[in-house]
Amino acid sequence: MSEDSSNILVIKNLNISFGERKVLKDLSFEVAKGEVVVVIGPSGCGKSTLLRCINGLETIESGSILLDGVNIAEGRIPWPLVRQKVGMVFQSYDLFPHKTVMENILMGPVKVQKRKPAEARAEAELLLERVGLLDRRDSHPRQLSGGQKQRVAIVRALCMNPEIMLFDEVTASLDPEMVREVFDVMLELARRGMTMLIVTHEMAFARAVADRVFFIDEGVIVESGPPEAFFAAPRSLRAQKFLNNFKFEDVKTKKTSL
Amino acid sequence: MLASAVKVFSNGQNFLRLLEGLWMTLKLSAAAVSLSLFFGFIVGLLMLSSRKTVRTSTRFYLETIRIVPVLTFLFLFYYLLSRTFKINLESVTVVLLTFTLWGTAEIADLVRGAFTSIPRHQKESGLAVGLTDLQVQLHIIAPQAARRLAPGVVNLVTRMIKTTSLVFFIGIPELVTVSQQVVEVAAYQHNRPAAFWIYGLVFLFYFIVCWPISKISKSLEKRCLY
Repeated sequence: MSEDSSNILVIKNLNISFGERKVLKDLSFEVAKGEVVVVIGPSGCGKSTLLRCINGLETIESGSILLDGVNIAEGRIPWPLVRQKVGMVFQSYDLFPHKTVMENILMGPVKVQKRKPAEARAEAELLLERVGLLDRRDSHPRQLSGGQKQRVAIVRALCMNPEIMLFDEVTASLDPEMVREVFDVMLELARRGMTMLIVTHEMAFARAVADRVFFIDEGVIVESGPPEAFFAAPRSLRAQKFLNNFKFEDVKTKKTSL
Repeated sequence: MLASAVKVFSNGQNFLRLLEGLWMTLKLSAAAVSLSLFFGFIVGLLMLSSRKTVRTSTRFYLETIRIVPVLTFLFLFYYLLSRTFKINLESVTVVLLTFTLWGTAEIADLVRGAFTSIPRHQKESGLAVGLTDLQVQLHIIAPQAARRLAPGVVNLVTRMIKTTSLVFFIGIPELVTVSQQVVEVAAYQHNRPAAFWIYGLVFLFYFIVCWPISKISKSLEKRCLY
């Protein structure tokens, strides 16, 4: 362990290409234990790809990804082992439709981690209670709303007791009134000290939850820093332009008679 | 009118012969369907292979079977093999060969379709909870594919039962063949038109066999919605 042991995740010179197109260019950063890092940037900038390569869903071209000081990018450690430490939640929830809420959650702990069903179930119930869905444990995903499905998906990842959680635009396909319930769960996780890497387009949430914000554009981290500074006064022109997309001028006060 | 029906059916064990014809139809169908299911699953999984040569050759097989009418294969194996290559196959063997080739291709394509219709995200979220590739296929993809597969397979079964009537052309005494014989005997020997009653009964037989299967398909389709 040559790395600073307070860093759970250390990424060095990460390169990823899709065919001719370079998606991530020489990306390097660290995430400390308990830190919440929010990654923002325009669509196609590579932020989802970044998350996906941390649990092996994308093939890495070069560079290293150290999880707890161990390089997982070399392929020496089987990805199923790595993925037990890395919880991931997707945009489209992706619960298993043929299984109940409880069966969805127990898949990892029982089938993969070989834990005792009773013990895993007790933990799952505790987590479901925390996200307010204990009464839905025997429901099928089709009987749940989008927000409920996403909260179950979060519990499914949490029940593996991961060291870091990855959130890939988890509210992007939710109705606006359901976004809040999912964010509340994530804020609660942050409060409990979970290490999280979050990709989102919700700037207000990013500001509230982040310890650090990364602005990625065209495969490089253009700017990073504490959210207060970043959102109040972004240094780079590209970040300024990007943040302006989320601002609306008040039309009413400027209306003039035509 | 009804009296003529009774005459037609009671004449020379006609009704019994028709029942035997039906029995032959059911036996042929059951054998062809079981063989097709068995080989269809194997070929279907081959169609999902990551090797291009395997995919192309199974695709070629499927398209060949689809383009050429079943009857052509029936004649091909029955006449061409015996005349040209001096291979004499029993007519029942020819039927099973033809229908299994056809059924295997259709079921294989259904299996391929069912598996590829499962969204890519299902695989990814399975992997994300730490399942191995094999576990993902076994616990996540296969159960969902099976549900999507069921209605199509049941539909194909009814189609295969009905299509066995083609074996009439190579003289196997199944339902349609027997009914044709009965109608002809009635017309030429007894000068009695029997077509209406006999084919009416054939209609009823096929209906009794296929309708419940088709019903099962409908209810499966409903249950597969989730």
